[in-house]
Amino acid sequence: MFTNRRAFLRTAALATAAITTAALAACGSDDGGDTTTPVSADQVQAALDKGGSITVWAWEPTLKQVVTAFEAKYPKVKVNLVNAGTGNDQYTALQNAVAAGSGVPDVAQIEYYALPQFALGKSLTDLAAFGSGELDGTFTPGPWSSVKTGGGTFGLPMDSGPMALFYNKEVFDKHKIEVPTTWDEYAAAAKKLHAADPKAYITNDTGDAGFTTSLIWQAGGKPFAVDGTNVKLNLADEGSTKFATTWQTLISDKLLAPVGSWSDGWYKGLGDGSIATLVIGAWMPANLESGVPAAKGKWRVAPMPQWTAGANAAAENGGSSLAIPKAGPNNALGYAFLKYATAGEGVKIRVDNGAFPATTAELKSAEFLGKEFPYFGGQKANEIFAKSAADVVPGWSYLPFQVYANSIFNDTVGQAYVTNKPLADGLKAWQEASAKYGKDQGFTVG
Amino acid sequence: MTVLAPPTISRTGQADRGRPARRRRSWTGWAFVGPFMAVFAFVFVAPIAYAIYLSVFRTRLIGGTSFVGLENYQQVFTDPQFWSATWRVTLFLLVQVPIMLVLALLIALAIDSGRLYGKAFFRVAVFMPYAVPAVVATLMWGFMYGSRFGLVGNINDTFGVSLPDPLSPDLVLASIGNIVTWEFVGYNMLIFYSALQVVPKSLYEAAELDGASQLQIIRSVKLPAIRGALLIATIFSIIGSFQLFNEPNILQSLAPNAITTYFTPNMYAYSLSFSGQQYNYSATVAIVMGILTMIVAYAVQLRGTRKDK
Repeated sequence: MFTNRRAFLRTAALATAAITTAALAACGSDDGGDTTTPVSADQVQAALDKGGSITVWAWEPTLKQVVTAFEAKYPKVKVNLVNAGTGNDQYTALQNAVAAGSGVPDVAQIEYYALPQFALGKSLTDLAAFGSGELDGTFTPGPWSSVKTGGGTFGLPMDSGPMALFYNKEVFDKHKIEVPTTWDEYAAAAKKLHAADPKAYITNDTGDAGFTTSLIWQAGGKPFAVDGTNVKLNLADEGSTKFATTWQTLISDKLLAPVGSWSDGWYKGLGDGSIATLVIGAWMPANLESGVPAAKGKWRVAPMPQWTAGANAAAENGGSSLAIPKAGPNNALGYAFLKYATAGEGVKIRVDNGAFPATTAELKSAEFLGKEFPYFGGQKANEIFAKSAADVVPGWSYLPFQVYANSIFNDTVGQAYVTNKPLADGLKAWQEASAKYGKDQGFTVG
Repeated sequence: MTVLAPPTISRTGQADRGRPARRRRSWTGWAFVGPFMAVFAFVFVAPIAYAIYLSVFRTRLIGGTSFVGLENYQQVFTDPQFWSATWRVTLFLLVQVPIMLVLALLIALAIDSGRLYGKAFFRVAVFMPYAVPAVVATLMWGFMYGSRFGLVGNINDTFGVSLPDPLSPDLVLASIGNIVTWEFVGYNMLIFYSALQVVPKSLYEAAELDGASQLQIIRSVKLPAIRGALLIATIFSIIGSFQLFNEPNILQSLAPNAITTYFTPNMYAYSLSFSGQQYNYSATVAIVMGILTMIVAYAVQLRGTRKDK
């Protein structure tokens, strides 16, 4: 169904390509000013009192309840929550709307990895003008540093994805495999499992940019260094090499299920035990509950396997912010909603509905940490996620054109999964292709 | 258009009256042709002109838009990704199109021979896939190609064999060719069949009286008679091959590593535009590909019509 919908979207998008591009150039040269005039809290309150209607583009499911509560609290405000597509589909729509200068939403969901690209394209409002500085300390360090990019604060963290190891306990028990604590143990477990049951794999992977960068992040790699418009790429640094070496053995020994994430086969594999683990962000439980109801009670959560035995390193995987496009009609009202949803009462509503927060208060609350997940056999999984959030390796940054770089990941790194090309060479090819794009786009690439 | 040409002015008319009269008449002509010209300009000329306009600029994330003349075109001609895509569709054209057209021709001849039982059924059955939208057809084939959960996987499990994965990088082009053949064999068959229907039956009788065998009739009467249809079908297929997009684009989600973002020229233009925001370069790729397609189609047409004479 997912494939179907995306295919349709793409086809539809292609059909309107000519029209879109036409609209783009017509307004492309319209370059608004860079300066954002400060907006005081009083002005935001005034906007709330005055009322009006705002449009929010987001696909995050729990925002629905937030909108209902927000409208109940501020009856004069009408919020149109629009699902303009997930991830890239929405970014394409947003980029086109911004370029065309019309139909721009007041608030948009933007994943952390995509935020720098929009900030750099001067499409977003610097929230410092709204006094976002007062929120220092409200959010956990990882997401907070992710939204502070390019000398401003271009979004407020909505959720986060500190990674953990999700594993099918039933499969592990059946084959008497220990839960791996290091990546070497993970590779050994992969071998043992596949030998015991040729239909079972430790995990699935067909080449996923988000996963790869997260693992390099955890390994301490810093392949992307960004300073304004100066970009340095090095996908052969120590962390990247650690990842490439371990993952190469899994690929070469055919220990990874060749199933794409979010496909029908993936859900099936997670349910029947043929995909035994997932190393993924803390937003996964809600997806498991809805997508793999049959495996309820079989799965457990453990900390991420480590690159060095005994270490406590983690990384983020996914996670989104809410941002205000500069061209949005009502920035002040947009900010009011933004703050409500990410730092105000909206947070509790979202957590209650299964979201994983990015706010320190919620992450530390006893109620949140003590929550027992029936899906994980009553395990208090949030304790592990919260610990992971605190252990995220600092200093990571994405490319200012990560959206594009991720789109060509399978052209380059993906080849290592289907041919004899080494993974390290694939990473090198990815680096070169991304660097070329960066140069074409006017960055100084070193 | 010849109907609308102004009639020649009578030679006996006075010279000073001739000029205004001619002007009035030419305005009348434009009034008739105007609505068409407006639609033509808006629907056909404007998009192409706009693409050409786009192709001489470059918009960057840092630095904005600047005029670059023909630099984008220079870049296309040295772009390995563009040429690998073009080579791939050329290979597709050289292999898939002949197979599809020969199959279509054989079926058309078989149905036309009148020796087939259930002729109407076969005609509809072979044509049916053309009525299935390409998106649906590709999804359907994609599920069958699946080596884990699809038909291929089921065959492997049931018979304990290990068929090669149709979605592996080596085979994926052939798998797409299979889908396209399935989709368009019926369409081409119908073109050939309708062309065969208008061949005068007296020619067959004459040939039979002269003692020609069925094969000879096909070779010397039927094929020359439908050369026009063959040519048209070939040109359509060439254009279709160069514009290959739907099938690989949909299969990409099933085989992301086998089908790159520059698998075909159209896919390349699409991802340049929608993932990379390189509208200018994308427009350039589209124009160059359009011209290449026209050249190849025109060359085939020239060759086809020369034989005709």
